[in-house]
Amino acid sequence: MRGRSTVALLLLALASPATAEDHVVSQKGKRFDPESVRVRVGDRVLFQNDDETTHNVFSRTQGAAFNVGLQEPGSSSPVTFEKAGPVEVRCAIHPGMKMVIEVAE
Amino acid sequence: MDRPTFCLLALGLLGLGAQLATAAPPAAIDHDAPAREALRVSYARPAATPFPPDNAWSAARETLGRTLFFDPRLSASGIIACATCHNPGLSWGDGLARGVGHQSKTLRRRSPTLLNVAWAEALFWDGRAFTLEEQALGPIASPDEMNMPLEQLVPKIQAVAGYEVLFERAYPGEGISTQTIAKAIATFERTVVSATAPFDRWIAGDESAISKEAAHGFELFNNKAKCASCHAGWRFTDDSFHDIGAPGEDRGRAGVLEGIEAMEYAFKTPTLRDVDRRGPYLHDGSEPTLESVVELYDLGGRVKRPSLSKDITPLNLTAEESRAVVAFMRTLTSDDALVTVPRLPR
Repeated sequence: MRGRSTVALLLLALASPATAEDHVVSQKGKRFDPESVRVRVGDRVLFQNDDETTHNVFSRTQGAAFNVGLQEPGSSSPVTFEKAGPVEVRCAIHPGMKMVIEVAE
Repeated sequence: MDRPTFCLLALGLLGLGAQLATAAPPAAIDHDAPAREALRVSYARPAATPFPPDNAWSAARETLGRTLFFDPRLSASGIIACATCHNPGLSWGDGLARGVGHQSKTLRRRSPTLLNVAWAEALFWDGRAFTLEEQALGPIASPDEMNMPLEQLVPKIQAVAGYEVLFERAYPGEGISTQTIAKAIATFERTVVSATAPFDRWIAGDESAISKEAAHGFELFNNKAKCASCHAGWRFTDDSFHDIGAPGEDRGRAGVLEGIEAMEYAFKTPTLRDVDRRGPYLHDGSEPTLESVVELYDLGGRVKRPSLSKDITPLNLTAEESRAVVAFMRTLTSDDALVTVPRLPR
């Protein structure tokens, strides 16, 4: 019985997002806000389009490349960062929108 | 002033403040002081030209960059310089519908102006380069353009005795390399900045600097015609990419960035500085005049594809309004200082 509880706790710990956090980055006025965010490996960043125009979020950073596609106004796109290091993020439509996600171990 | 009027005014001022803080498209111009001030700030010219920390400006770097820019030996044929397609006498373009490259090959896109590229966020019509240093070598190495393989370019420049001292002054100890060639050209390109145009004088308060028709065109530009949604700020571009409904098979930004439908047939929003001297227009020169460009937007695009920007919708401009928008765009041309062609080293 005790062994079963230990296994259950272990599984819970493995599955639990207790150490992972959500961070929100707003897209407003054709800018990311904030333009620099520190997260930890496994954290999730929600890119929230608070503008009245369509946006996109992508990165070409090696090992962390992603592309969320087109974001309609009001929509939100979650991205989980799995590798430590800086990730440069931009909007494909508005290249003036750029920011850095600093991913720590 | 009664209370409702005061409240409305306060809300209006708050709205203007919010627009300034977020660099959103400016509010309507109605010639009252707060609106004019908001627009003045929104279209204000920057005080200084930005240079990156790893390629700061120096006179020696600008001189070297200018020399390379005008040197046709950077091409395989020895007859095409950067300045061939980016001719300062033609507002740093070539006046052609599409560029002409190696062995007189007609290229698929128009040569963009270099005016104010120091502030550009993405280079080329499809935005495939993030920096001028990255961009500068592209046309040199392209087989269709200057056709100069970079591994051959460096020894070719090294063989010109006069260049050694220019490189040493500009980048001491770094030698002649593709990196220093790109950095020098980028430095020179960053010095290509539009002078003050009639519009700049008008927005600063000189009412006589532009005509009433042009001033009306500016109001339309910011409101009914929606131009300022993308042609924003003092450069009259936010560097954004859109399918504006121009005919053609060129996939534009989608060719370098897959996976976003809206980037199909999307091209970079060009600056409007000196625009009346830089026709024909669009990425392929397919619109012969400013009037025809305004017609394209008034129609909500000539081609309706799934990728058509949601910002492109019929405008229902009257003929008078279309003429006013064009009249406004003609106030963006400046009488820039003449450019000195350098004496090339031998």
